[in-house]
Amino acid sequence: MQTLPRRLAVAIIVAVVVVFLSIKLNAFRDYQIAEIAVEVTAVAGITVLTGLSGQISLGNAAFMAIGAYTTALVLLHLNWPFYLVLVIAAAVTAVAGAIVGIAAARLHGPYLAGATLLLGVALPSVALAYPGIFGGEQGLNVTFTTPAFLGVNFPPTRWQAWVTAAVALIVLVLLANLTHSRIGRNWRAVRDNEVAAALDGINVAAARVRAFVVSAASAGLAGALLAIITGTVAPGGFTLTLSIALLTAAVIGGLGSLPGALWGSLVIVLVPTYVTDVATSHGLSSTVGANIPVAAYGVVLILVMLVFPHGIQGGLLRLISAFLGTNQKSRTGRTAPPPHVTPSADQAPASQHEKEGSS
Amino acid sequence: MVEFLQFTLSGVVFGMIYAAIALSLVLIWRGTRLLNFAQGGMAMLTTYVAIEVIYHTHSYWAGFVVALAAGLLLGAASELTVIRPTAGKPELNSVIVTIGLLILLEGLAGIFFGAQYRSFPAAFSVTGLKVGSTPLGVSRFDVFTVAAVLATTLILAVTFRYTTAGLRMRAAAFNATIARLSGIRVARVLTVGWALAGLLGALAGVLVSPSTFLYPNSMDAIFVLGFTAAVIGGLDSPVGAVVGGLLLGIVLNYVAGYLNSNLTSLVALGILVAVLMIRPNGLFAGARLRRV
Repeated sequence: MQTLPRRLAVAIIVAVVVVFLSIKLNAFRDYQIAEIAVEVTAVAGITVLTGLSGQISLGNAAFMAIGAYTTALVLLHLNWPFYLVLVIAAAVTAVAGAIVGIAAARLHGPYLAGATLLLGVALPSVALAYPGIFGGEQGLNVTFTTPAFLGVNFPPTRWQAWVTAAVALIVLVLLANLTHSRIGRNWRAVRDNEVAAALDGINVAAARVRAFVVSAASAGLAGALLAIITGTVAPGGFTLTLSIALLTAAVIGGLGSLPGALWGSLVIVLVPTYVTDVATSHGLSSTVGANIPVAAYGVVLILVMLVFPHGIQGGLLRLISAFLGTNQKSRTGRTAPPPHVTPSADQAPASQHEKEGSS
Repeated sequence: MVEFLQFTLSGVVFGMIYAAIALSLVLIWRGTRLLNFAQGGMAMLTTYVAIEVIYHTHSYWAGFVVALAAGLLLGAASELTVIRPTAGKPELNSVIVTIGLLILLEGLAGIFFGAQYRSFPAAFSVTGLKVGSTPLGVSRFDVFTVAAVLATTLILAVTFRYTTAGLRMRAAAFNATIARLSGIRVARVLTVGWALAGLLGALAGVLVSPSTFLYPNSMDAIFVLGFTAAVIGGLDSPVGAVVGGLLLGIVLNYVAGYLNSNLTSLVALGILVAVLMIRPNGLFAGARLRRV
């Protein structure tokens, strides 16, 4: 089958499964489906940025914040239909991504990590500095109602699960097409060797900025969805922890692979809830019960990275190829990320020369 | 004018704390080419150890010394248990491992010490010093803070420059393969580097906690600014770490004092972007060759 129809078919199958699950499961699980969909949308942005173009971001929560506040403000002041609001949120964050991408185009490795980290920490504080517009610490409320044709008794969490899952699937299909187009190939070329890419006539700076735009738009959409499902937008929702969780999910799932974005999102949404359930069912005190998932989550991150260096997707592909025999080897090789993913790997030898001068 | 002096002096105090964190990151970066995101978490945990020791022995200095020792141990233990196995794996993996370690440490602190804010004692008086009748905006303890960080930095610098152990560490950071061929046990040197970084972090934790309170996330903000200081200075340069820390400490103190304390992180971002626009590898980065 052709790739585009195949991706669409997969998306439709997943959509049917989500609809089926959302009807079978209770409201809390529906909310979790929505949470996972939000997470996947944002993590897919990291997959493109870090996994494909080789630029690390520890500040994508800032783009989520921009998308979420845009949604809240447009709904509050203009009251436009939500699908239009989503488009506006994506457009606004894409512009923000272009600005950040241009500023970051010369930065690599830890320098880019530092700049984006501080962006993620600093941007939410704008809301605190201008409480008149952004509502300060309390933030803004977002009202999102189920459409009339579904009837008054339709559970709102189920509608939210549908909307978020639909957006997440559309984003994933679009990104899958993008990564296999010329744009995606250019990203990988820039990631693997900037000089060689430039010699091949690729505009390296433009490719890097483009990755930031796409990543920011995904994060902005995720932020808009988050605003809709939580009903509120406040600076406390877009912390350093969120930015780190997004990168973590992308790496845990398998950096550079869109299915990996899904596995990573499942881990970071479901593992903490699952461990909390186990802890409380064993009658642990609330402080201990609240912190065991945190500690366990840390252990899971460390173990996955040590046992599956290429993330869950890499591990799955390895298991499949071991199961089917050697004829699948080439597939593993193609999908698993290369050993040196960040540009700083290429810089390590260079910086040794630098130390020669300084020491 | 008095206000300006006060803001400057107390800015220097915060700057030295950021510098301590930045130095610990530089130590690890030079040795392992890795950003240790768990640095703040390690400092938080050792400060909890200090608070428990102080509570049981009623001696501040016992707690202080135990915290530093715990920092050494925690640094070495982290390197041996979780960092070393990531060698040879994709580079981001070790970053995620340090993030996992940070989350694990914060979880453990929550389990054993609870989430409530705890006040941490200071070694000396925290009432402001005066020259004549002019308040300086800093206390005896602040002076101790600056002195302690400066002393530790100098001891480290002298060790690196003039001792055999220091030479080994520089050799291992400069070129691991050649160092190994010269008979240096590079792996052990890396462990020592992590231990020293743990000590510096522990020092920063003990020194900053009287003014921030102690809770499982209490070092997050300090870590972010320490990281920023290290990036501004250039991650390879210890001098850059100190300069970056002081620059951030003083400027952010002016912003909080004269403008609005909600703007400090935005201004920090502004400084960082401005510095990196002009020097993409930090203020004190040497001439950089790019491998083709």
